[in-house]
Amino acid sequence: MAKAKSAAKAAPAPKAGAPKAAVKKTAAKKTAASKVAPAPKKTVAKAAENEELVFTRPAALADRATHYCPGCHHGIAHRMVAELLDEMDLAGRTVAASAIGCSVFLYNYIKVDTVESPHGRAPAVATGIKRARGDKFVFTYQGDGDLASIGMAEIMHAANRGERITVVFVNNTVYGMTGGQMAPTTLIGQKTTTCPGGRCKDREGAPIRMAEIIAQLGGTAFCARGSLDSVKNIRQAKKYMRQAFEAQTKGLGFGFVELLSGCPTNWRLSPVAANKRITDEMIPYFPLGVYKELEGDATCGSLIAPGTAAGGAGEGK
Amino acid sequence: MAGKNELTFVKGNEAIAMGALDAGCLCFFGYPITPQNDIPEYMSKAIYEVGGEFVQAESEVAAANMLLGAGACGVRAMTSSSSPGMSLKQEAISYMAGSDIPAVIVNVSRGGPGLGDIGPSQGDYFQSTRGGGHGDYRLLVLAPSSAQEAYDMTHKAFDLAFAYRSPVLILGDAIVGQMKEPIRRRQGTTAASNEGAQWRLEGTAAGLKPGKKPREHRILKSLFLSDGELAGQNQKLQAKYEAWKDLVEFETFEVKDAELVVVAFGSIGRIAKNAVRALRKKGKKVGLFRPKTLYPFPEKALAKLAKEGKRFLTIEHNLGQMVEDVRLSVRKHADSELFCVYPGNMPSPDDFEAPILRALGRK
Repeated sequence: MAKAKSAAKAAPAPKAGAPKAAVKKTAAKKTAASKVAPAPKKTVAKAAENEELVFTRPAALADRATHYCPGCHHGIAHRMVAELLDEMDLAGRTVAASAIGCSVFLYNYIKVDTVESPHGRAPAVATGIKRARGDKFVFTYQGDGDLASIGMAEIMHAANRGERITVVFVNNTVYGMTGGQMAPTTLIGQKTTTCPGGRCKDREGAPIRMAEIIAQLGGTAFCARGSLDSVKNIRQAKKYMRQAFEAQTKGLGFGFVELLSGCPTNWRLSPVAANKRITDEMIPYFPLGVYKELEGDATCGSLIAPGTAAGGAGEGK
Repeated sequence: MAGKNELTFVKGNEAIAMGALDAGCLCFFGYPITPQNDIPEYMSKAIYEVGGEFVQAESEVAAANMLLGAGACGVRAMTSSSSPGMSLKQEAISYMAGSDIPAVIVNVSRGGPGLGDIGPSQGDYFQSTRGGGHGDYRLLVLAPSSAQEAYDMTHKAFDLAFAYRSPVLILGDAIVGQMKEPIRRRQGTTAASNEGAQWRLEGTAAGLKPGKKPREHRILKSLFLSDGELAGQNQKLQAKYEAWKDLVEFETFEVKDAELVVVAFGSIGRIAKNAVRALRKKGKKVGLFRPKTLYPFPEKALAKLAKEGKRFLTIEHNLGQMVEDVRLSVRKHADSELFCVYPGNMPSPDDFEAPILRALGRK
């Protein structure tokens, strides 16, 4: 049986009880406007004769403006996925399952074959894809409303079965697309449009920590939580995402990466203040780190007759 | 396995599983519910023998969404359930219809509403023929009345699903599913290796030599937000459903000189046929009309019979659902009486003779 590194590798466990502060409205007013990033190049650029091209758009990322709000972290997460699809040479054999929420338009930005899933069902849809075509790279990209609420059964069981799929989980503690309602991950005290007085543990329950839950399931080969609030954390998050991709490409089992992300619009904060909120309030409750990692070439389980070795039904037929 | 032209003695549920396998079904997604359990049980072994995959899903919701994923890849796939489970599958079925994704869904229906019972019922007629989930869509609905028909219709359902890029529903019941009868299996699958090659999801570099420029990525979706886009998609779907009208199938028995035509489908159609046969022996001018496709409904054939001056009695194992379609079909010249067998009761041919005679006697 596979040996899993325990959650010891993760950051220290959070202390019991609620994090100190809810979102402060004052923060929005005082913070300076976010720095505007240089305009993206229109195409995958070519360097002039005497220049060296050091940064460009990944080939798997579409050349178009996104519908995301200023300061939203979906853009970073999308780019991260696209970079890895390019770097690992996966884009041409990838089939993705998009989810419901702001990221429903994933297929407009990442140039891979994609099917739209009903709310929360992307891991079941991805299971169907992978079982039909075991030779494809299959990933889902889901928000916290989608994955941790309505999709709880699908994510738990896809992980538990050790489906050879990868799940990118973007956690911004609100339902973004529908206007900032309370999510299962909303922090205690955080005000949303459906908990206007702030989330109360006795009434709405405690925020759900998904990475910790997924790590407990037998089919999970890799599970980590990263954050998109700083350059340092973004670089680390990409390493986690690579490992979550590799859990699938190496046939080890289910790969899961959670990304703590900002939603300045629904948090009523400036992008910079939103980043600070991730650092000060989200990370203490949602500790960063690797929660499960299979060692060596162990897999999360072996199939017994009459099963087949995750070859997929349609492969080569 | 039986050789060519040999008879196999199986339950209707097993016949459905065999029909799927012989049609080239490579993925099955199941969840336990009575009275359809023979289908996932049979598939959990047999589908591996043809190199396929079986998943016992965490719920009917998940099973139907797995079906959506496999269908999006252009692979022949199926799920089966019974009435309460069918309610849960409607979400994914609506998405599949909206996204033009082919799939075969089997409902071995039971009594309702709610948990109902585990006996036969035709209470899901409305759900089956009106789409079932949200939005303007229809399913092709085939209603077998025997194990052989269950086999043949399931086999054919895959061809239809891929020809029209649509979910196709087999609507049986506990009688058809649990009854054991001899069937004859067909040889060879009708699945083509390039099935769905124009639209299936397989990666942008599929079939390309390394280094060749990948094609544009494909999207299978049912979300259309731009002005007029959703209207266009609905128009396309309606055109598809209009084209299905040619696929209509029905059985007639002794209708030529009949004064009264009994309209019944599925297992009730078969029981009613026995009642009609018995009454014919007594010299009564009655006949049977059994729709085999419930959607499209054989409205033209019924209208023709109405024009010839025949009268109608609809017999159903529910509180009166198909009778609405019969009345719509014959409305210019006739009406239809209704005899309901309440779900929870198990009818015999004798039970139908009295209501048929009553309807025949009323002029």
